Amino acid sequence: MSSQNHIERQEFNITVYTENQIGLLNRIAIIFSRRKINIESLNTSPSEIDGIHRFNIVINETEEVVRKICGQIEKQVEVLKAYYNTNEDVIWQEMALYKVPTEVIAEKALVERLLRENGARVVVIRKDYTVFETTGHREETDNLIKVLQPFGLIEFVRSARIAIIKASDGFNRKLREFEKREPHHEVVENEYLNSRDKVFTM
Amino acid sequence: MKQVNSHTTTQVAEPKKEVKTLSGAEALILSLLEEKVEHIFGYPGGAIMPVYDALFDYTDKVEHILVRHEQGGIHAAQGYARSSGRVGVVFATSGPGATNLITGLADALIDSTPLVCITGQVYAHLLGTDAFQEADVISITAPVTKWNYQVTNADEIPEVLAKAFYIAKSGRPGPVLIDITKNAQLQKFDFAGCNRCDHIRSYRPKPIVRKEYIEQAAELINKAEKPFVIWGQGVILGAAEQEFKTFLEKSGLPAAWTILGAGALPSDHYLNVGMLGMHGNYGPNVLTNECDVLIAIGMRFDDRVTGRLDKYAKQAKVIHLDIDPSEIDKNVKTTVPVWGDCKETIPLLTQLVEQKKHDAWLQKFKDYHQQEVDAVIQEELFPTSDGITMGEVIQLLNEITGGEAIVVTDVGQHQMVACRYAKLNHTRSNITSGGLGTMGFALPAAIGAKVGAPERTVVAVIGDGGFQMTLQEMGTIMQSNIDVKILILNNQFLGMVRQWQELFHDRRYSFVNIASPDYVQVAKGYSISGQKVSGRETLKSGLQEMIAHKGSYLLEVMVTKENNVFPMVPQGCSVSEIRLK
Ligand SMILES: Cc1ncc(C[n+]2csc(CCOP(=O)(O)OP(=O)(O)O)c2C)c(N)n1
Repeated sequence: MSSQNHIERQEFNITVYTENQIGLLNRIAIIFSRRKINIESLNTSPSEIDGIHRFNIVINETEEVVRKICGQIEKQVEVLKAYYNTNEDVIWQEMALYKVPTEVIAEKALVERLLRENGARVVVIRKDYTVFETTGHREETDNLIKVLQPFGLIEFVRSARIAIIKASDGFNRKLREFEKREPHHEVVENEYLNSRDKVFTM
Repeated sequence: MKQVNSHTTTQVAEPKKEVKTLSGAEALILSLLEEKVEHIFGYPGGAIMPVYDALFDYTDKVEHILVRHEQGGIHAAQGYARSSGRVGVVFATSGPGATNLITGLADALIDSTPLVCITGQVYAHLLGTDAFQEADVISITAPVTKWNYQVTNADEIPEVLAKAFYIAKSGRPGPVLIDITKNAQLQKFDFAGCNRCDHIRSYRPKPIVRKEYIEQAAELINKAEKPFVIWGQGVILGAAEQEFKTFLEKSGLPAAWTILGAGALPSDHYLNVGMLGMHGNYGPNVLTNECDVLIAIGMRFDDRVTGRLDKYAKQAKVIHLDIDPSEIDKNVKTTVPVWGDCKETIPLLTQLVEQKKHDAWLQKFKDYHQQEVDAVIQEELFPTSDGITMGEVIQLLNEITGGEAIVVTDVGQHQMVACRYAKLNHTRSNITSGGLGTMGFALPAAIGAKVGAPERTVVAVIGDGGFQMTLQEMGTIMQSNIDVKILILNNQFLGMVRQWQELFHDRRYSFVNIASPDYVQVAKGYSISGQKVSGRETLKSGLQEMIAHKGSYLLEVMVTKENNVFPMVPQGCSVSEIRLK
């Protein structure tokens, strides 16, 4: 890998709108694995539109590669649209859960203060352990691990990233508009293909 | 989760049909008939037996061709699709039947061939239990299909089948696989008839054509001094041969073809300047790096065509016409992208281009061609040495068939020679495995090609290596009485690999010597007539006899052992570094 490539690489958030179909996750994953691209984070969930799922995929790549990947993703029959955005173009969050012995929390007021400072919220308190949750960027959730480690952190887990695109023209309206016109013999909603700049560099 | 919900596929309302109680397997056959399927290539087995059982009642409406290996079945379906322009249909059983389809699926995907493959699967309740002949066909075939789907309920079948055909043939065509569990084949349900599918919520087969890009493209072409068209199979898949010819003739543009585009414009057309790529013609390769506007139509800038990308057509403004948006800018940056079906885009472009002649520019191609004739072609087609060359065989074949035959090629030196020199008067006359380069393709593909175009002469040109990969399909020829002319060019080597070893590995001929059986005897065992030709004196009569023979015929021609295919763009070189020797 040339150093040039290395410099151009950055985190990209890929947002994919798909039909809810068995096997599609596999098809999308293959698009990355075939090119030996590591998926840093992957989240899939229903979207605001009935029957449509939304994938959130984070990879570290050059824009050129990400653009082509999105083209390949959109080729899948059940994919409606794939967008890509840099971190600056999205609002993103990850959620983390921390399990700590309850006695430590109870005994050491210090811990409680640290948790509060880190914006952690209690999810469960049991006699033997307590579970906290924080939500934020990677550094924020990472921070609390470091803080809790000396106090006997039992378990830690972090979710995949979810991201909302900052630009106001969401997919929702676009989809609703063209679904209103369906079923349709004419091909619709492909204008985006010809205004690459607008779509791809939101 | 219901997978094929009513809003996924919108169907055209048709008058209400009578509801019948049918099994999934019967509904499958009726759905195939509804899609006007007339031929199926296949091989039965336990997990697809209900389908075969249902087929038994419809043999007057649809012909099933029993192949000798599922790979043969799918290559035959590919040949069928390529010669006829229809969707090829394949049946195979679960497990090994299905996995034997993989090579053909990969081949069809990369060469955009419309196929619908139906595989049997174990009972739904056995899925994931490592049951007998169970393979995870959906996962295995995901990377090599345009779409695939597993049916576990009989009532899904009519809708899924309609969807499969629509996906296989629309937009950029490709292979689709439907895996049907045995219980779904057996299960009875209320069948209310078939409905055509012509819309899927998430699927946009054709991008909308944008006028402004057509205008920009026309402006570039009109201003160009050295415009050059390179075309691929997109012209054929879009059935736009006539539109393409009209466009070229009005604008006076020289045009060269990729291996899959061969035949879309007749070989002898005055604007056809030859073949592109690694073993393409000298002029089109060199002049790619001299033209000022490069107009790529329905081709995908495969690395065998471009050579080194960083030295490919850097001086040119590039116009790329393609139906698949992900092809634009994939390998070569375009100046003007023209998304759309070339059947629609080419005529729009024709309206806007000026009537022109580019005589001086065209002459440059001719000058290069003359150099190539002097250095390579003359000796290849009309050799003065003793040994028979592959080119001379193809040249004689051209004389005998007059360019009217369908030429199906396997993979290797003979493929390059046949594609370079075969005269093709008509479209859909060149059938070859382009993107995957699958040895063993030609014999089964030729069977399919003949079934798809029964009125035409089909000649399969095959190397001694590739023929031994699927020669069992002579059994299919025998049983189904298919008229295929088998032309084996035997150089006693895996020729193309030997050529590379000679040129790039100091002649270290590592395992490329390949022995052959007595092909004429083997063919005889399958009731196929034939003969072997070892000298020039009987070559022409042998070819004549093969073409004139009623029914299939095998002609084995012993050709020079160590002949090379030139010109050649060595791997990793620019197209202008093409070598004449
Ligand atoms: C299935 C498969 N295996 C291996 C190859 C690699 N390969 C490409 S050309 C070639 C040699 C072909 O030899 P032959 O069929 O005798 O044809 P010739 O080149 O001699 O005309 C080989 C082995 C291939 N293309 N396909």
